[in-house]
Amino acid sequence: MAAAAAARPPVQRSLAAAIRDAAGTALLALGLAVPILALRIDQNINNEPVLRPRWDYVAIAVGLAFAARLAYLLIWPRLPSRAPARMQSASPSDARAHFARAFAAGGLILLVLYPLLALALSGRAGAIKWIDNFGIQILIYVMLGWGLNIVVGLAGLLDLGYVAFYAVGAYSTALLVHNFGFGFWICLPLAGIFAALWGILLGFPVLRLRGDYLAIVTLAFGEIIRLVLINWVPVTNGYAGISGIPRPTFFGLPFNASEQGFAAFFGLEFTPLHRTIFLFYVILALALLTNWVTLRLRCLPVGRAWEALREDEIACRSLGINTTNTKLTAFAIGAGFGGFAGSFFAARQGFISPESFTFMESAMVVAIVVLGGMGSQLGVAIAAVAMIGGTEILRELDWLKHVFGADFEPTQYRMLLFGLAMVVLMIWRPRGLIATRQPSIFLRERRAVRAGLVKEGHG
Amino acid sequence: MEYFVQQLINGVTLGSIYGLIAIGYTMVFGIIGMVNFAHGDVFMVSTFIALIFLMVLTQVLGLGSLAIALFIVLVLAMLLTSLWAWVIERLAYRPLRGSFRLAPLISAIGMSIFLSNLVQVTQGPRYKPAPSILSDVITLGDGTGYGVTISHKQLLIVAVTAVLLAGFWYLVQKTAIGRAQRACEQDRRMAALLGVDVDRTIALTFVLGAALAAVAGLMFMIYYGVVHFNDGFVPGVKAFTAAVLGGIGSLPGAVLGGLLIGLIETFWSAYFSIDYKDVATFSILAITLIFLPSGLLGKPEVEKV
Repeated sequence: MAAAAAARPPVQRSLAAAIRDAAGTALLALGLAVPILALRIDQNINNEPVLRPRWDYVAIAVGLAFAARLAYLLIWPRLPSRAPARMQSASPSDARAHFARAFAAGGLILLVLYPLLALALSGRAGAIKWIDNFGIQILIYVMLGWGLNIVVGLAGLLDLGYVAFYAVGAYSTALLVHNFGFGFWICLPLAGIFAALWGILLGFPVLRLRGDYLAIVTLAFGEIIRLVLINWVPVTNGYAGISGIPRPTFFGLPFNASEQGFAAFFGLEFTPLHRTIFLFYVILALALLTNWVTLRLRCLPVGRAWEALREDEIACRSLGINTTNTKLTAFAIGAGFGGFAGSFFAARQGFISPESFTFMESAMVVAIVVLGGMGSQLGVAIAAVAMIGGTEILRELDWLKHVFGADFEPTQYRMLLFGLAMVVLMIWRPRGLIATRQPSIFLRERRAVRAGLVKEGHG
Repeated sequence: MEYFVQQLINGVTLGSIYGLIAIGYTMVFGIIGMVNFAHGDVFMVSTFIALIFLMVLTQVLGLGSLAIALFIVLVLAMLLTSLWAWVIERLAYRPLRGSFRLAPLISAIGMSIFLSNLVQVTQGPRYKPAPSILSDVITLGDGTGYGVTISHKQLLIVAVTAVLLAGFWYLVQKTAIGRAQRACEQDRRMAALLGVDVDRTIALTFVLGAALAAVAGLMFMIYYGVVHFNDGFVPGVKAFTAAVLGGIGSLPGAVLGGLLIGLIETFWSAYFSIDYKDVATFSILAITLIFLPSGLLGKPEVEKV
């Protein structure tokens, strides 16, 4: 808290000094903006590269930097300090835990009712978009986040190649379907098992490494798997990907307009909405399964060993915990859930290609876990909703075209804002949105482990 | 034989570029123990800065002499890329110093995504062709059949790299700035007690790394003749591999690692499979970290309890 207070600039006595400071910032912004923003490399009709100046953009950027710095210097120090309020909440109370539980329960009820709500609010045509783009998309990331949370949040192993297991799940589903004719419901558990096996295979050599090194090796493995998927054309069909993956069936009833279809069997009018709603509940169930397994595992010796490992590896080893096996189980179980999610992804899309499994996906899932507060299930879910929902909602902001002109495309800025949000959130709350961790075992009284209590470098 | 020598020359050229980027990784890791994930994207930004200034000088201002133009571009690219690195360090990394271990890494990943998308948004998603310069070649050999060729740009790349590395070595080993930098690397708290401005030294480390990355950026732009917003990630990871292979924290190691990675990549493409050249590099990264974590020239890490 003291650090937060110290980070505030001193109250500027004179306006002139603040303006001088802000002018310096504006100059800096000018230096940054001049090449990249001011001159765009374009091609003329003869296909020759030419420079197109856009000094108006530079002026806007510099003006914004000036205003932002001035506001930071003049307004920020005068705001009432929030530090005392934070100190108060440092003593965790049962009320807080109750609130979190109530929030989670409310969120769950809302999720179960979500497709009906979407249907009621936006009609049949709009509902598909809301359930598919928002509901299913976010839930896939919630599930991936919870799966990775076992590895990163509980065991404290930073895995930057999680998308590899997602890819293994998706490709094993696609290949099993095409080579053996299995249905989705057989592929789903097999995909999870395959991904877990890959987790053991990749985890075995690398888990002796610590911290950043582990992160980079897992990143390398993620990229290797993607490059193999691209180049092993006879099996994976390379960039072209694999299509024609059958959708999940409802106890053997396919979601189509045929006589044997779901709609005909129940005497309903056929609409693609049925399948979308069904898929929503499938991924909701899978995500909740991930959550439930994680929560139960935390109460088992292995789960406690994970958390002990996260807090202090050396102490763990001294107490006789086999760190390699402990890490390996975390890696394999996390990978298994990634495989389930991948299998679902393949079945939902009906088509997969290596493009879907880039490093960016790994980075997004890691961002969700870390920003949510490592180890906090609720935090991860909230972060997934905020980050994925936030970037998806950009697709809906058509009114911005009236402000910025017709060729303004909000979706272009999706990843730009995502990267910026990662940096800003990390600086604002380095421990994530929900930084309080409830230990799964107590000595006499309940105490939450807070950021302040954990020593640097051991979380 | 000629084919082998040819690949050797190509490998050394590529390796010089990787070595220059790798120094940025290894210095930052040495001083604050952080993998500066955005370094590859800073390098990518520098390729754009270099191309834009080259076009300004040759097309808009109509500067006749290519040598002078390239020199001005080199200086401007180094300055402006350093400015980017300084601002990034100030805004995204400095507030997180002393925070938990993963925080700066996550912030750096966010910065990396931000930078590549910023360039995509402002410059467009297409590949940008650079004017073809210095494409003359010198042919070695007896002139019968298959000779070995060295292009002027390859000579330029290797020569500039060698000169700048010598200058950089002098800066780190012989000047007060370099002494402060090495002191912070050994013990930050002790250096602060002895009057070294640690924050400024760390900022300087980022700036130096970025300046060398800008040199690599100009060379990369000249060598490949094309720039793209996504060209930061893969060269970045390869340069990081070079830093790890040479022993992270070791400056000669970074250069050695860069040359080795350049050679391995070139020979792998030439004799095995060009499709799997990136797989080869990534595998080296994994194998080095697993079996030789302190690299070729690095000091073994001592675990203190």
